[in-house]
Amino acid sequence: MIPGQFDYHAPTTVQEAVQLLQEHGDEAKVLAGGHSLVPLMRLRLAAPSVLVDINRIPELRGINRTNGTVTIGATTTHATIERSEVLKRVLPMLPAAATVIGDPMVRNRGTFGGSLAHADPAGDWPAVALALNAEMRIVGPDGERTVPAGEFFVDLLTSAVEPGELLTHVSIPVPGGNVGMSYQKFGHPASGYAVTGVAAIVTLYENNYCLDCSIAITGAGTKATRATETENALRNQTLDEATMAQAAEQAGTGIDFLGDIYASEEYRQQLVKVYTKRALLAALHAANEGQSAEAQKTL
Amino acid sequence: MAYASLIGAQVKRKEDPRLITGMATYVGDLDIPGTHHVALVRSPYAHANIRGIDTSAAASMPGVLAVVTGEDLLSEYEPMPMESSGEGEAPQDERDMEHTHHALSVNRVRHVGEAVVAVIATSMAIAQDAADEVIVEWEPLPAVADMQKARQDDAPLLFRDRPGNVERVWRKSTGDVDAAFGQAHRVVSQRMVSQRLAGIPMEGRAVLAMPDPGTGGVTIWTSTQAPHLSRKDLERTLRLPENLIRVIAPEVGGGFGVKIGIYPEDILLPVLAKRFGLPMCWIETRSEHMVATTHGRAQIADVAAAVQEDGTVTALRLHILADIGAYPQAPGIPKLTCRMATGVYRIPAVDLQATNVFTNTTPVAAYRGAGRPEAAYYIERLMDLVADELGMDPAEVRRKNFIPPDAFPYDTAAGETYDSGEYDKPLTRALELARYEALRKEQKRRREDGSGNLLGIGLACWVEMCGFGPFESAIVRVEPSGTVTVFTGVSPHGQGQETTFAQIVADHLGADFDRIVVRHGDTRETPMGVGTMGSRGLAVGGSAVVRATGKVRDKASRIAAHMLEAAPEDIVLQDGKYQVRGAPDRGLTLAEIADEAYDDDLPDDIEPGLEATSFFKPPELVYPFGAHVAVVEIERDTGKVHLCEYFSVDDCGPRISPVLVEGQVHGGLAQGISQALFEEVVYDQEGQVLSGTLMDYAVPRATHLPMFTTAETVTPTPHNPLGAKGIGEAATIGSTPTVVNAVLDALEPFGVRHIDMPLHPEKVWRAMQG
Ligand SMILES: Cc1cc2nc3c(=O)[nH]c(=O)nc-3n(C[C@H](O)[C@H](O)[C@H](O)COP(=O)(O)OP(=O)(O)OC[C@H]3O[C@@H](n4cnc5c(N)ncnc54)[C@H](O)[C@@H]3O)c2cc1C
Repeated sequence: MIPGQFDYHAPTTVQEAVQLLQEHGDEAKVLAGGHSLVPLMRLRLAAPSVLVDINRIPELRGINRTNGTVTIGATTTHATIERSEVLKRVLPMLPAAATVIGDPMVRNRGTFGGSLAHADPAGDWPAVALALNAEMRIVGPDGERTVPAGEFFVDLLTSAVEPGELLTHVSIPVPGGNVGMSYQKFGHPASGYAVTGVAAIVTLYENNYCLDCSIAITGAGTKATRATETENALRNQTLDEATMAQAAEQAGTGIDFLGDIYASEEYRQQLVKVYTKRALLAALHAANEGQSAEAQKTL
Repeated sequence: MAYASLIGAQVKRKEDPRLITGMATYVGDLDIPGTHHVALVRSPYAHANIRGIDTSAAASMPGVLAVVTGEDLLSEYEPMPMESSGEGEAPQDERDMEHTHHALSVNRVRHVGEAVVAVIATSMAIAQDAADEVIVEWEPLPAVADMQKARQDDAPLLFRDRPGNVERVWRKSTGDVDAAFGQAHRVVSQRMVSQRLAGIPMEGRAVLAMPDPGTGGVTIWTSTQAPHLSRKDLERTLRLPENLIRVIAPEVGGGFGVKIGIYPEDILLPVLAKRFGLPMCWIETRSEHMVATTHGRAQIADVAAAVQEDGTVTALRLHILADIGAYPQAPGIPKLTCRMATGVYRIPAVDLQATNVFTNTTPVAAYRGAGRPEAAYYIERLMDLVADELGMDPAEVRRKNFIPPDAFPYDTAAGETYDSGEYDKPLTRALELARYEALRKEQKRRREDGSGNLLGIGLACWVEMCGFGPFESAIVRVEPSGTVTVFTGVSPHGQGQETTFAQIVADHLGADFDRIVVRHGDTRETPMGVGTMGSRGLAVGGSAVVRATGKVRDKASRIAAHMLEAAPEDIVLQDGKYQVRGAPDRGLTLAEIADEAYDDDLPDDIEPGLEATSFFKPPELVYPFGAHVAVVEIERDTGKVHLCEYFSVDDCGPRISPVLVEGQVHGGLAQGISQALFEEVVYDQEGQVLSGTLMDYAVPRATHLPMFTTAETVTPTPHNPLGAKGIGEAATIGSTPTVVNAVLDALEPFGVRHIDMPLHPEKVWRAMQG
């Protein structure tokens, strides 16, 4: 179908964009990759009368590494992340996860910031950003604020970005030490979105002793969620398959599970356990292999 | 010209360059001055009365030409004949019933997606905006979407004259079924569902109608598999002389059966075009396609076999409940299932029954295989259950029951006469290719080991009926320069007959393949024809081409005889030249003969010209067959099925174009596998579609499928000059039971007997939980 009528603006600075959003209020929507927004408009489930296209704002695009932080601009595409040599070295879970988002067309258009701001419960990036303790920089009429990933995903399709605001950058601390990370996903056969996706990061001391671990889950419930109980059960433990499998049993705690015609709540509970275990195993494996990008590929 | 025989050769498709370079013209590519665009307001309810329609806001929008309701158009056409879509014979007793629908529905709607208002505007965008402004006052009625519930006493009734919502019941019984079941060593029975599927061709439906003020007629471009059938239906419906209606199927982007016969839009657009004197265009959106284009399958079957100790099946019972949706679009399909119920087996006694049920859902009609995939699924699943019950190998049970090669032509208890077959050959070949024995050993090892993915091996032997009549046609015309134009009555919608038919003509006429053009899909320039459906293009249409080519060749030989001063009997076509037997140095090319055929000095006893027409009526149906093997692995903790290997050995008789056959097999496999593992149209109790977009409805992708291993056996049919059977639906028919059998085979250690399709991970996982 064809979307309803709308006015189109393509500002070149963040200031201009925020001004336009301010000016048009509820009527306006940010257009990034358009791969979530445009389908909704075509189905006429969304009918904004103003679109503010942020793709021509140079400062919103690109990947930067400074000291211990990687900063990713909101309009950086999935494909750019997929191919980033820097990320493959320091945050290999990001390019690995990018490869399982949709198909090449989706990855060429869809953006990191758009995916996060949209807060689709089945999106892949929310779990990855959450597990990596990302920080979101949001610019609005009153200036800039920073929201930690743990507070960013509010509810189904609702993020901390308020109308009139723009998510500009995402900062991710590069974890130090002997770290392994992996994103494991059970994709929907039709949409490709995550029926369940689990991002896991483990930081090891000698002999697989777990100094820290971070696990986030998407797809299963209304929003991306940290598996806090599983994390707690693994910290300061020696990691082996049995320990991780046992801890993964608790991974669903705190998730407001969703069910649909493809996968019921009960089945998603099972997937969360299985994929948490798989992600942990893969992360452990990656840490043991010295965190190479290759090790991030699915087990 | 270097001469090479083209039949059976690896010839590239003539169609591909234009398709690959984006130069093909589909309905949506037409750009006719003055065209107005039509958007349709469709029912959001599964069952409702229309209490009123307010079109005023929409009609007053800039760019809107008119907003039209069903009422407005009633006097301008006859209600639509419903039984036109489908394969096999069309029952004739429906015409007077209330079970017709209109160009736009009037008073009442019976499924989500029925069109009730047409908005006509200068652009599609404006038309869609205006359609949002049409206000329909609905009175929702209780709806029933489940075929079993539809038969209950308290179910809402779709048609007053059809109590219990039963459209018709068809029965057939042969032999003493009760005795066979009474004396059986075992009775093996199972309820199985062949779930509802959507067609989803790459190109949806599309219609552009242009009035011809000069004649009062109309030209209709429509994305159809059967333009001649459409014209015949439209003649009645539009009350226009048949020869003033021109139906053109331009490039058609797939059909899979859902583009046979006319839909409401096929009437609506010409009616609007005539009423407003303007070209009118409607292009289906994918959302519309999911609810307004017919679905397929949708059957529940109770199937049972009477079995002797050695595995011999002595009788078969098949009782089908067929959900035909809200209107009887193709009520003959469940009967086709019954007619193929016994598959490749010698089963002397049958009790067959099909009950068609109305529900508040999109009508069900032909979809790749139309009735035969269901039959193959039931019998091939049942054979595995028989093997299970008796502790036999599934291949052995099948061999025990095969119709032997010397029994053909073979009259089945279901009433078919199978033309030719040698069923053990493809099975043996498929098992060899798959290294069946080694697979079974590996399976045994894994089962003892008890860890890792479950391994399953499935097989199925399929047979189907195809090459439906009543006829197909061809004109073969040699122009003076020696180019050849073939006009065929079949209307390809992606199959590639431009290539196959040119191969036939090149070989049979000594024509240059590159200078042969095959024209199709236009009722004004092609002879009366039927269309592409039921795997009939080559067997029936190709046979007409052979016949017409033969006539032209006879005439070319006569002209050559005159030119070479020899007797016509002495002329042979050899190495692409017409020559006197034994004198190869004095040969004539087709071009030289064609030049003479239109020349002044042609002798008086030879009529000028070099063309011929042939209508081929197939004496009987043809019955291709084959055997497939699938290897699957299942994850124990998620139930996810991985299809690892697939072997398909198919027998469609001689292959004119191996490349095209291979393409049909690959596509067919994808669709059949997809029914087994992925696809299902899901309705809720109120008749709302829950799988209404491609985000929910899983169309197979390359990454879902393994590399296919294909092979052939060749058993010609005696029923046509090519010996060819059909291949279009074959692989779809064979693959669905093969994959399901493989999954159930993998689950044997869990004591799981059957799971209904699609075998989504959750279902498999639950089955493993017990
Ligand atoms: C066929 C298909 C398959 C897909 N498969 C997957 C998949 O497997 N996994 C997955 O995670 N995703 C998948 N997606 C979604 C895809 O990744 C989208 O690109 C992504 O979800 C949204 O990003 P976008 O840049 O396209 O955002 P848009 O569609 O442009 O915007 C989405 C929403 O976010 C808002 N927004 C966008 N950017 C900003 C910003 N910087 N600040 C404030 N608000 C903003 C918009 O206003 C809009 O409301 C798929 C999409 C399609 C079409």
